[in-house]
Amino acid sequence: MMTPATLSELREAVLSAPRVLAVGAETKPRLSAVVGAEKICTRHLRGILEYEAAEFTFTALAGTPLSEVVSTLAEHGQYLPFDPMLVDAGSTLGGMVASGLSGPGRFRFGGVRDFILGVRFVDGRGRLMRLGGKVVKNAAGFDVPKFLVGSLGRFGAIGEVTFKVFPAPESQLTLKIPATEDTIATVGNSRWAPDAVDVLPGGEWLLVRLAGPGSALEGLAEEILNQFPGEIIGNTIWEDLREFRWATGSGLLVKTAITPDRVLEFPAAHVSCGGNVAYSPALPLTGLTLRGDTPLWIGGRNRFALEAAVKHALDPEGRFPTLDD
Amino acid sequence: MSTAALERLAGLLPPERLLRRPVELAAYESDGLTAFRTRPLAVALPETEDEVVTLVRHCLEWKMPFVARGSGTSLSGGSLPIAGGVVIALNRLNRILKLDPRQRIAVVQPGVVNTQVTQAARPFGLHYAPDPSSQSICTIGGNVAFNSGGAHCLKYGMTSNHVLGIKAVLATGEVVSWGGQSRESTGPDWCGLFTGNEGLFGIALEITLQLLPLAECFHTVLAGYRTLEEAGDAVSAVIASGLLPGAIEIMDALALAAAQAAVHADYPEGCEAVLIVELEGPREVVAFERGKLDAILEASHPIEMRPARDAEERLAIWKGRKSAFSAVGRLSPDFIVQDGVVPRRRLGEALRRIAEMSRETGIRVANVFHAGDGNLHPLILFDGRESGALHRAEELAGRILKMCVAMGGSITGEHGIGVEKREFLGEMFTSDEIDCMQRLRSAHDPFGIANPGKMFPGKEAPALSHVGLHPLEKAGLISRE
Repeated sequence: MMTPATLSELREAVLSAPRVLAVGAETKPRLSAVVGAEKICTRHLRGILEYEAAEFTFTALAGTPLSEVVSTLAEHGQYLPFDPMLVDAGSTLGGMVASGLSGPGRFRFGGVRDFILGVRFVDGRGRLMRLGGKVVKNAAGFDVPKFLVGSLGRFGAIGEVTFKVFPAPESQLTLKIPATEDTIATVGNSRWAPDAVDVLPGGEWLLVRLAGPGSALEGLAEEILNQFPGEIIGNTIWEDLREFRWATGSGLLVKTAITPDRVLEFPAAHVSCGGNVAYSPALPLTGLTLRGDTPLWIGGRNRFALEAAVKHALDPEGRFPTLDD
Repeated sequence: MSTAALERLAGLLPPERLLRRPVELAAYESDGLTAFRTRPLAVALPETEDEVVTLVRHCLEWKMPFVARGSGTSLSGGSLPIAGGVVIALNRLNRILKLDPRQRIAVVQPGVVNTQVTQAARPFGLHYAPDPSSQSICTIGGNVAFNSGGAHCLKYGMTSNHVLGIKAVLATGEVVSWGGQSRESTGPDWCGLFTGNEGLFGIALEITLQLLPLAECFHTVLAGYRTLEEAGDAVSAVIASGLLPGAIEIMDALALAAAQAAVHADYPEGCEAVLIVELEGPREVVAFERGKLDAILEASHPIEMRPARDAEERLAIWKGRKSAFSAVGRLSPDFIVQDGVVPRRRLGEALRRIAEMSRETGIRVANVFHAGDGNLHPLILFDGRESGALHRAEELAGRILKMCVAMGGSITGEHGIGVEKREFLGEMFTSDEIDCMQRLRSAHDPFGIANPGKMFPGKEAPALSHVGLHPLEKAGLISRE
């Protein structure tokens, strides 16, 4: 496995073999389980390069562990509002972008795609390029940084990313109430402006997280508990969800984008983002395998001629695997 | 363009929906960037998605350039016609196909006007967040093509952050559907790549938008300052406090004078800059944060602070702000709007240098900007009847853009490159990066028929023939962001 430590070494690594795939800590191992591709590990491509708290932005190398990002931001009272996943497991910033995995906080302000601002990446011809920008607002050129979110490293090797961040809320408060489709819609569309609405595996309980000034949250929580039976619980449950600690059984973990009316179809899953995504430990009808031996794309995927044309534009020699490999 | 291609085109639509007479084409010759004007060969007015697909495929067959157009409010010349090409005007595809208040989504056709989405959602306690100043007339199709912004981007992002799904016809004739009604997705973000393509990839036929719950409570404050610098310092203090306001806007003295003249906006006496800060959220949260914000602003030495006491006063504050651009038309026969971005901490420096350039060249510059985003909107005033005035104004605009890039910012925050800033794309991107974007463009449009001559430098420049306010602007129907 190659372990470049600079962006020019990343470029050389991409050109060093006929077929390559950049990986981070491989916490979603199925995404990089490709036969015949030399792996380029980003673990030495590490470090926060620029962080201006007053700008609400930071730039870091792709192999920077999320734990380092999260703790550095926290020291300045800031955070990535979408709750990056698998932080303790060692996930990297680049891996988060390539996998497109957001956490429960995606519900309120958006996910990885909504906070990425810019990227430096190496295309299939070994060209190191910077697209997007480093400021919180930028409309110049095509939005390649967004395209790379969820692209599984199949269109380029990500070397460096710039993200927008937000000031962290003063406090958080977690409520546990019975889960029904109605409750999800009622709470999600309410005046309470919760920042996470998740169904626990088992399908019985709904977690509602409020965030903001502590004095205001108590009143809001009381009002919710007057309307639904339930209780206030500790915030540490979010760490368990973030690390998929509940998914210990089969070793299978599949991500499926859904709509809230389908929540009941996924009783064994952690349903996150207000009923918009299910992480299943059992085989669903459709989805992307994160862990396990099932096909990468369960139940097929959306296909169109443009995909091959874009692949050819960024990687004419097929140096990176395709989405089907 | 061969007559045969035009005749075949004429066979695709009833005659009253294919405009060919000069008098009919005149209204489509220009957009919000009034300095440019080109007469297209024809303007097609499709009424269905199938008709749009048929038109694009016809253009592909005959290698006929096309420009998709909504309400023509682009400030970068994005919907400027191509000589010898066809304008596909999408205003008749104006239906909201679906509004699901439980899932909080709306599926709309490209010709739906921005505010119509919020109007349709309001009875359910929802709204569509992106709010460009032209929102009462600009279309969602145009918003998607240019990834439009607005006053609330700091907290809620741009158009792209609210697009969940797109059905589009590409310039290859292929019809694609990406994303859908879920806020989550798997695989590459095709919707993200399409949004902001500036019409170079194809035409969106159906767009799925996320809707957000209306904030229960607002606290909007207008504060007047003796100097721009003091207003800028107040912004830094608000940001450093950990508050996340929905909007932070600044207007300078010249912009204030314009708004006063145009909509009789009332500002504190003797102020050189006005700051607008808006908090929103559940009433308990706003009640707490309001105390914090007011204390910060009081400590920033304003001449006067005016919190909006009710919804009407809040709307009045925003009316003054959103009318500022077109209001500047009262101060000067012509003006250029710039859209550069600088890192927020360098706002004060950027404004000082713009003021210096203004003094040096003797060209008046008004400033209205999204201070929270570092997104400047210098309005460069000139009189197009004076020989060389437009050229001098454009030169100043170019110097400002180069300054933004040198400070680590961008040449456009929300208006796009269009025809206006394409010569500056190379200031931000290397030749490899521009080549990469051109390859992506070719993947969507191998023959370069979709909005050619936009975004990328080096193509034939359309003739400069006219400057001044857009006719709709003169009529008070649209305003500029």
